Amino acid sequence: MRKDSGFFILVGAMGLFVSINIFLMTSGKLPFSFDGFGIILGAGLTLAIYSFLYKDNAAFKIVENLYVGVSLGYTIIITWFNFLKPDLYDPLIIPMFSKAATKSPQYALIIPSLLGLFMLLRFSRRLSWLSRWTFAFVVGLGAGVSIPRVISAFILEQIKPSLHPVFSGGETIFSSINTLLIMLGVISVLIYFIFSVEHKGAIGKVSKIGIWFLMISFGASFGYTVMGRLSLLIGRIQFLLKDWLGILQ
Amino acid sequence: MERFLRIDRRIIFAIITVAVIVSLVLRFELPIPASEPAQAIYEKIESLPKGSHVMIAFDYDPASKEELQPMAVAFLHHCFSRDLKVIGMTHYPGAPGLAEQAITSVANQYQKKYGDDYAFFGYKPGSASLIINMGENLYSAFPKDYYGNDTTTLPVLQGVDSLREINYLFDLAAGTTIETWIAFGKEKYKFELGAGCTAVMGPDMYPFLQSKQLTGLLGGLKGAAEYEALVNKKANAVSGMRPQSVVHVIIIIFVIFGNVIYFISKRAVHA
Repeated sequence: MRKDSGFFILVGAMGLFVSINIFLMTSGKLPFSFDGFGIILGAGLTLAIYSFLYKDNAAFKIVENLYVGVSLGYTIIITWFNFLKPDLYDPLIIPMFSKAATKSPQYALIIPSLLGLFMLLRFSRRLSWLSRWTFAFVVGLGAGVSIPRVISAFILEQIKPSLHPVFSGGETIFSSINTLLIMLGVISVLIYFIFSVEHKGAIGKVSKIGIWFLMISFGASFGYTVMGRLSLLIGRIQFLLKDWLGILQ
Repeated sequence: MERFLRIDRRIIFAIITVAVIVSLVLRFELPIPASEPAQAIYEKIESLPKGSHVMIAFDYDPASKEELQPMAVAFLHHCFSRDLKVIGMTHYPGAPGLAEQAITSVANQYQKKYGDDYAFFGYKPGSASLIINMGENLYSAFPKDYYGNDTTTLPVLQGVDSLREINYLFDLAAGTTIETWIAFGKEKYKFELGAGCTAVMGPDMYPFLQSKQLTGLLGGLKGAAEYEALVNKKANAVSGMRPQSVVHVIIIIFVIFGNVIYFISKRAVHA
């Protein structure tokens, strides 16, 4: 394929896209309003992103960069209006500098604000040492809060069902088989990950069972991943066929 | 045989796209039986008395909208039809627009009033520390709601001071927030927790069902379709199950075909 053929395909696709939209608007299938233009924009961006499946091209690159820029801008605005304004600006800055303010400033907020600002001082050679105070606070608090909770929630609570009795009465045969399978899976996978003992004889056989359990879990994860990625495609095609082209009701 | 192993991947993309479009356009019914974890969430909501407080954490952004938004809408239908008080919040900065759209559109269908029947707090960073803050005092974690109202003045929050008073919390997660809610919220403040997650995360969440740290789980578009069917509000997730099933069959055929060709070509090389 010639090098400039990509350019003509791109121009042709854009021409087709414009023609379809003119037809949809003139025939009244898309409203001549912000909603209508929003749907056209969404359809165009979706098609530009999926054009990468054919090959890398200018339209994909433009939309990819647009996505990064819009996401960042949106995050900044949301963070200001949802977090910085109600939690810092309104209770601290406004009462400090506005004579019309009815509430007294919450001076306690100065400490976390300063710690936050120190984090940004990493960009300064002379003052970057101040950022260590913030990191020390974050690491210390994070470790103190996380370690007990993580041990409790992800180790102790997970061990409990693994120690569930196979026959404690009142259970079906299937739940007992499940419990046995879990026990076999946990033991064999743990043995597979013991690398200080050579995997020979009985240890080798049990670790092979562990590999089978791991393979089945990788297969389940892959199957779910296929389902997830496909759902995204289905959702986008539903949008194109339903909201844009109006083929689906 | 070698040329089958070097097939242009764009042909596969085209086959998948055509299969999705055809199975969306052609209407045929497929049964969508509810799985045990989806049924458990449904039954939990059914068991809550009128006026109970349900918190929904919309922890996703537009990248996961196709899987989690239908789940959110179906779950909101169930809550509002049962006259439960709904409180929304999110850990994701990209979520407020989607969450607000879902809550207001479903609430309007049931003539629910903002502030009296439901509230939306919006986004706040902090993750684990935010959950701990909510567990101690909901009003200090969210002094104002998404619209700038003072949260202490919202009638919907009457009787709720912290996460301890929340009757059920449902996390719609595209990341690691389910684990965060379990470790820093559910374990400490003892509320009932259910979750909906993207399909990619599904297998990692099953151990939490077995340990009863989650009361139920909706996994991916399939989970959303199950819930839509349970609450009898069939929409995008249910219609998405047709292409999902058709394409899964095609992928299985591709996998079998690829393996057969691979082994035949390998045998031809050794012969």
